[in-house]
Amino acid sequence: MRQDRGRLLAALIARLRDFQLAEEALQEALESALVHWGRAGLPASPQGWLLKVALRKAIDRIRSTARGTRKSADLALLARDEADDTEPDRIPDDRLRLIFTCCHPALDPKSRVALTLRTLGGLTTGEIARAFLDAEPTMGQRLSRAKAKIAAARIPFVVPGPEDWADRLNSVLTVIYLIFNAGYSVGPIAGRDLCTEAIFLARLLLQLAPDQPEVEGALALLLLTQARAGARTGPDGQTLPPTRQDRSLWNRAALDEGLALLDRAIARRAPGPFQLKAAIAALHSADTPPDWPQIAALYARLHDLEPTPVIALNHAVALAESGQLAQALAQVQALCPQLDGYQPFHATRADFLARSGDSTSARSEYLRAIALAGSEADRTFLQARLTGLE
Amino acid sequence: MRYMILIYADPANEPAWGTPAFDAWVAGYGSLNAKLAADGIPASGSGLQGVGTATSVRLRGGKVETMDGPFAETKEHLGGYYVIDVPDLDAALRYAALVPSAAFGTVEVRPVVENTVV
Repeated sequence: MRQDRGRLLAALIARLRDFQLAEEALQEALESALVHWGRAGLPASPQGWLLKVALRKAIDRIRSTARGTRKSADLALLARDEADDTEPDRIPDDRLRLIFTCCHPALDPKSRVALTLRTLGGLTTGEIARAFLDAEPTMGQRLSRAKAKIAAARIPFVVPGPEDWADRLNSVLTVIYLIFNAGYSVGPIAGRDLCTEAIFLARLLLQLAPDQPEVEGALALLLLTQARAGARTGPDGQTLPPTRQDRSLWNRAALDEGLALLDRAIARRAPGPFQLKAAIAALHSADTPPDWPQIAALYARLHDLEPTPVIALNHAVALAESGQLAQALAQVQALCPQLDGYQPFHATRADFLARSGDSTSARSEYLRAIALAGSEADRTFLQARLTGLE
Repeated sequence: MRYMILIYADPANEPAWGTPAFDAWVAGYGSLNAKLAADGIPASGSGLQGVGTATSVRLRGGKVETMDGPFAETKEHLGGYYVIDVPDLDAALRYAALVPSAAFGTVEVRPVVENTVV
């Protein structure tokens, strides 16, 4: 049903060019389906029935409100679609256009996330609000503003052309990754798990845009990360690095699927940030101890593509693990102006200082990290490291 | 649909007159204008004289108040604009990215309300 809803909504938006109207019309059509199908039985083509009824509802709304300055030619075109006897397998799949529109860079990043979850994931406004710890009216306003901007600024409902493809695809994948990370840090809320939603969206994207190495890489990254989710905290509630996790708790099927996707992506020889991140996740999941020099090399390449301080920090960690502690410490010290106040930065610096024998500086850095820790698991982990200094 | 492209930049960051960077900057506007013409895009627009020449006016209690200076004192000034008629925002953003001042300033793209004077 979720697949059907997204598909119907995409087909309606493609015809109506109005997110709000499409949602309202589909809602009305679903309500009349409850009544009508209960009485007359299931139609031969439920999807075709819903599309047709929703279009009729939309036309009624346009006529009765004389919404905007819609031309009568538009209405005639819609009426023709409505009169058409649509079979379900003849509803074209417009969801690829929908996802590119929802993730358009002209929208605020948080709105992209919310709109994607609302239209393609079928989450309610309340569910999205709870997942991001927002008040429902605030999230409702955010969604309305985004839909209004799409209409008013005329953000096109199209799959981008080759000149924009790479950037725009990256914007879509980033939205999916943000959804996953939000779910990974807070866990399921009221029965909705954003990690599952993100994997659903990545699978949908792969189905709609097959043979795209970055899409394969992104889905691989999510699966490889998700596979270890059950093992990421120890019995006493502290965060465990992959090397110290109980591997029998890893989800083997997700791991294998992720690795196979990554192999397929790499064979296409068009590397990108998501494939690099997935390759790093794969090295962390290897049966042998992680190949740190290889991980450091991958982070260096990733940093060329995405020169962010957090990637530089991860690169430094891999360098330290490869035995290049002095270089790693120097790299971390240089990041202080950008990352001061970021818990993992202080935890990493504390660890490097402790390893170089400067336990006094290490202690104050651990205290800073503990003060900034966002979860009990992180606090427990850092407290243990601080105690270990003595 | 018509879009206004508003070009904001800090004059301190503009290339100095007589330098090769200045020539490239001016040439950039020339090639953008040529591209708009070649693509058949209805376009108008102008560069504006510096904010030192700006005068602001408001009506308060029926009385006209005239003041020296721009609407808001900011480092980045409105330095010029285009109005272009293109099918959608993606097309407008593609032309906006070709405005040479985008390299050191910010270019804002706003859809125009159709069928109105203001």
